Amino acid sequence: MDEKKEIKILAIESSCDETAAAVVVNGRTVLSNVISSQIDLHKLYGGVVPEIASRKHIEKINQVITEALETADMELKEMDAIAVTYGPGLVGALLVGVAEAKAISFASGIPLIGVHHIEGHISANYIENPDLEPPFACLVVSGGHTHLVLVKDYGEYEILGRTRDDAAGEAFDKVARAIGLGYPGGPKIDKLSDEGNPDAIPFPRGHVGGSEYDFSFSGLKSAVLNYLNGCKMKNEPVNTADVAASFQKAVIDVLVGHAMNACKEYGFRKFAIAGGVASNTHLRAAMEEACRRRKIQFYHPSPILCTDNAAMIGAAAYYEYRKGVRSGLDLNAVPNLKLGER
Amino acid sequence: MKILAIDSSGLVASVAVVEDETMLAEYTVNYKKTHSQTLLPMLGEISKMIELDLQSIDAIAVAAGPGSFTGLRIGSATAKGLGLALEKPLISVPTVDALAYNLYDTDKLVCPLMDARRSQVYTGIYEFQGRELRVLEPQAPVPVSDIVEKLNEMGREVLFLGDGVPVYQEKIEELIRVPHAYAPAHMNKQRAAAVAVLAQKYYREGKTETAAAHQPVYLRMSQAEQERERQNPC
Repeated sequence: MDEKKEIKILAIESSCDETAAAVVVNGRTVLSNVISSQIDLHKLYGGVVPEIASRKHIEKINQVITEALETADMELKEMDAIAVTYGPGLVGALLVGVAEAKAISFASGIPLIGVHHIEGHISANYIENPDLEPPFACLVVSGGHTHLVLVKDYGEYEILGRTRDDAAGEAFDKVARAIGLGYPGGPKIDKLSDEGNPDAIPFPRGHVGGSEYDFSFSGLKSAVLNYLNGCKMKNEPVNTADVAASFQKAVIDVLVGHAMNACKEYGFRKFAIAGGVASNTHLRAAMEEACRRRKIQFYHPSPILCTDNAAMIGAAAYYEYRKGVRSGLDLNAVPNLKLGER
Repeated sequence: MKILAIDSSGLVASVAVVEDETMLAEYTVNYKKTHSQTLLPMLGEISKMIELDLQSIDAIAVAAGPGSFTGLRIGSATAKGLGLALEKPLISVPTVDALAYNLYDTDKLVCPLMDARRSQVYTGIYEFQGRELRVLEPQAPVPVSDIVEKLNEMGREVLFLGDGVPVYQEKIEELIRVPHAYAPAHMNKQRAAAVAVLAQKYYREGKTETAAAHQPVYLRMSQAEQERERQNPC
């Protein structure tokens, strides 16, 4: 274990469509968290275009890193480690952050730590919850991921369930597009649902045969599309708020159900959510209520730490740093990196 | 003047350190491993070998494009990271110009060819005059038949080089009507030392940029942008 009291980490994240850098102390104190979002650019295409995302990353990355250091009022040479997301994600996007971080590490002599993006999302919970320590259960829900994870210790995970097809956030985007809300779909469905009846349309709750904790959202997505198509054929008006609310409820029911079953089976008293979809207000409310009834402590990051950001990468990297994990100059981007693998 | 140069625009990964008239080190690899895995370890290796004090470098040069989009970004992000950490300027060198510079002071025309996919090559036409590289046709993505036609019109002997040669040699032989040859293995692919020497000239001319401002020169829009432009003209 390091004798130094304060471990300062410069973290870089570029796995999808946010270029981000942060300075984090001891994994829990965020001195800066700079995010340059490309979302307006990708809206033109109805989703993230990998080549455009990669080009934007390289355009912004130095400014974002410099701003993170300046906001933290720190110089590069004061850092104890450089952390970078090396997977999973879009390979071209990941490579920008990885190449940049390796070069900075090489030129400054500061050690490099490659971080798993999902591990980052989970670790976002440490930042605002000083009392949270493993073990706990965590549901990671975003545009690219849906994982129900047991966090056994810092950096030690067991994946209980994952999506077999679409990620939860992906289903939100696709349904949003189908009802004319546009990209990104999550926040728009969340908002429109406030005006709809969640029990108006009985959409199916997807379950995966033979696996208690896996998810499937493509059947639900198809059911929504079929419903919309049916209305069109019969010339019936569509209440998009009801569709949004009913679809969202179907997703939330499955997410809450799986999560609570896992807490019960494994005896967890602590449960956290993470990832972009974790800022969905209805999901948060449902999880909070479900946990409250079962006397489970519920944790969730602020919306700014749910979206892709580098502070969470700095938080995850701290625990890797303490374990002595260091990456070499040959660190590569691994687009389909599995959680818990190195 | 000491220049650290990087070229990962094509199949080759290459790094070099050149000080005035001396090439202190060059490491060039043309192997199946990705540039992401090779480039920085190569730089680490030569730095150790020549006991390089990174602070003694005046500028970081990078073959900025055109080339493989991902390859260009690996090179550029590496250069930007070095520039950020060392607080040194960057020099953006056109990839095809640097390739042409491999054949320094030939009396023939020089035509580098990089495979640009979609039946195109990144290419240009160059000559050396008074030991200076002169650009007759600036680098651009074009069908190989177009560039050969231009060479036929010019009617001068030409040397081809680049990783586009093996891909298009048959086509060239079919179309070309001027005397021509292909550069040999030691000078027919990207070499970071050539990037460094061209960069020395740019440095003297004040053509540097900040690490923050540097971006690759793609010479092509992304496919999504091209399609969007086709659907919504202007």
